[in-house]
Amino acid sequence: MRIAVRTGAGAPCPTTAAHEDIPVNVLLDHLAEFREGFIGTVWLTVASSVLALLLGVVLAGFRVSPVPPLRFFGAAWVTLFRNTPLTLLFLTIWFAVPQVFDFGFDPWTKALIVLSVYTSSFVCEAVRSGINTVPLGQAEAARSIGMTFFQTLGSIVLPQAVRTVLPPLSSIFIALTKNSAIAGAFSVTELFGWQKVLSDQGFAIAWLFLWVALGYLVITFTISGLFRLLERSLEVAR
Amino acid sequence: MTEVSVTKDAIPPGADDLVVLKNVNKHFGALHVLQDIDLTIARGEVVVVIGPSGSGKSTLCRAINRLETIDSGDISIDGKPLPQEGKELARLRADVGMVFQSFNLFAHKTVLENVTLGQTKVRKTGKAEAEEKARRLLDRVGVAAQADKYPAQLSGGQQQRVAIARALAMDPKVMLFDEPTSALDPEMINEVLEVMQQLARDGMTMIVVTHEMGFARSAANRVVFMADGRIVEEAVPDQFFSNPRSDRAKDFLSKILKH
Ligand SMILES: Nc1ncnc2c1ncn2[C@@H]1O[C@H](COP(=O)(O)OP(=O)(O)OP(=O)(O)O)[C@@H](O)[C@H]1O
Ligand SMILES: [Mg+2]
Repeated sequence: MRIAVRTGAGAPCPTTAAHEDIPVNVLLDHLAEFREGFIGTVWLTVASSVLALLLGVVLAGFRVSPVPPLRFFGAAWVTLFRNTPLTLLFLTIWFAVPQVFDFGFDPWTKALIVLSVYTSSFVCEAVRSGINTVPLGQAEAARSIGMTFFQTLGSIVLPQAVRTVLPPLSSIFIALTKNSAIAGAFSVTELFGWQKVLSDQGFAIAWLFLWVALGYLVITFTISGLFRLLERSLEVAR
Repeated sequence: MTEVSVTKDAIPPGADDLVVLKNVNKHFGALHVLQDIDLTIARGEVVVVIGPSGSGKSTLCRAINRLETIDSGDISIDGKPLPQEGKELARLRADVGMVFQSFNLFAHKTVLENVTLGQTKVRKTGKAEAEEKARRLLDRVGVAAQADKYPAQLSGGQQQRVAIARALAMDPKVMLFDEPTSALDPEMINEVLEVMQQLARDGMTMIVVTHEMGFARSAANRVVFMADGRIVEEAVPDQFFSNPRSDRAKDFLSKILKH
């Protein structure tokens, strides 16, 4: 367990001290670890995004379904996970859940579960508000020709909700990228954790942070760029 | 266009009942919108529902394909009672075509897709067959040339005719029309009414909420007059318009005929 905030610089390694004031060297000398951390963040973000998106859409479906227990389940899920601090969720799955039942998940899987579940509650609400912008007559027309609830949702309502849902989804996934840093504190290999390993070795924190920040920037810019492309392609489609 | 003349022979009672409402009641909160509604519509019959705003005409239509639930009473279509929400209800709804005042064409689908979607998704018809049928129906309602456009690119009258084609594509047993021409500019009303009149002539069973007297006189077998959630009067069109029995109907007719 490595979540304790380190006081003091630990034991600075004398052999690396020479590099300390040349920021590029920190990166170059530890490029392999940096890349590993970077890929870890990307991978964790992508996997949790996909899972959160699937979960969120299903939950939004629950929340607008005609079946009261499903609606209740969706509402309870959102209330619980949207209002709980993410760190508390991490602590729960790391320390509380194994006391009840130990699933034997590795740290990466645990981080994936926490991030997906937490983010799914935000996705659900974004999708639901998108659904609410689609005129009720669209769903009624679909039902009147005999389409089932799921057909109506899947072929009529969701496709028309997509355009309004994209901008908030973009923000949600950017937030997810940054939230994945918490996983680093729980010994999952990712970008933020790379910084910690090196700062423990005595490298200048400011420069490490700069490289880490740039790493995140690359990911978040990619996300918002992808979403902007998606939005534009949808505009052209009609 | 030749002068419309529909044979309005009275359909023998009880012969072949398609839509039967028995003692139907419906509330919106404290508001009793449908009060003890008894209504039977025979196969092939065209019934025009008329009445002041808020009298429950739309609610009646929507109850018949269960877009609106009812509090008590029974509704059956072709001998089968309306099932609860679920697959079976969906199947039954496919047999009941509905045309809305605001068209409600699927905005993200082309005209052609609007008419094929129900066939492929609900009836599981093959794509080619569905398209062929869609084009035939679009031709029948006079909008074949618009097949590849999106609804927003069409006039109101064209959209409503596409909506009729979309409903017809399901081969419905009965068609419900809820004020199909109320949202249209005057010059487009006739093109929609003509399509409806043709449908009536072809023997489609129709329930039509409308204030179009011309349509009621020429195409309806029966006029049902509603007020305050009740069916106040039922009569053949000529009798209803020239000699209404109830005071409510007299009052209502005097108001709409003035304009
Ligand atoms: N979803 C609803 N919730 C509450 N009240 C409703 C709802 N839908 C309709 N009502 C009320 O029920 C009454 C009957 O409405 P309905 O739409 O059936 O009347 P209508 O005869 O079709 O009127 P119009 O000619 O204006 O279309 C009205 O007083 C209306 O305000
Ligand atoms: Mg109405």
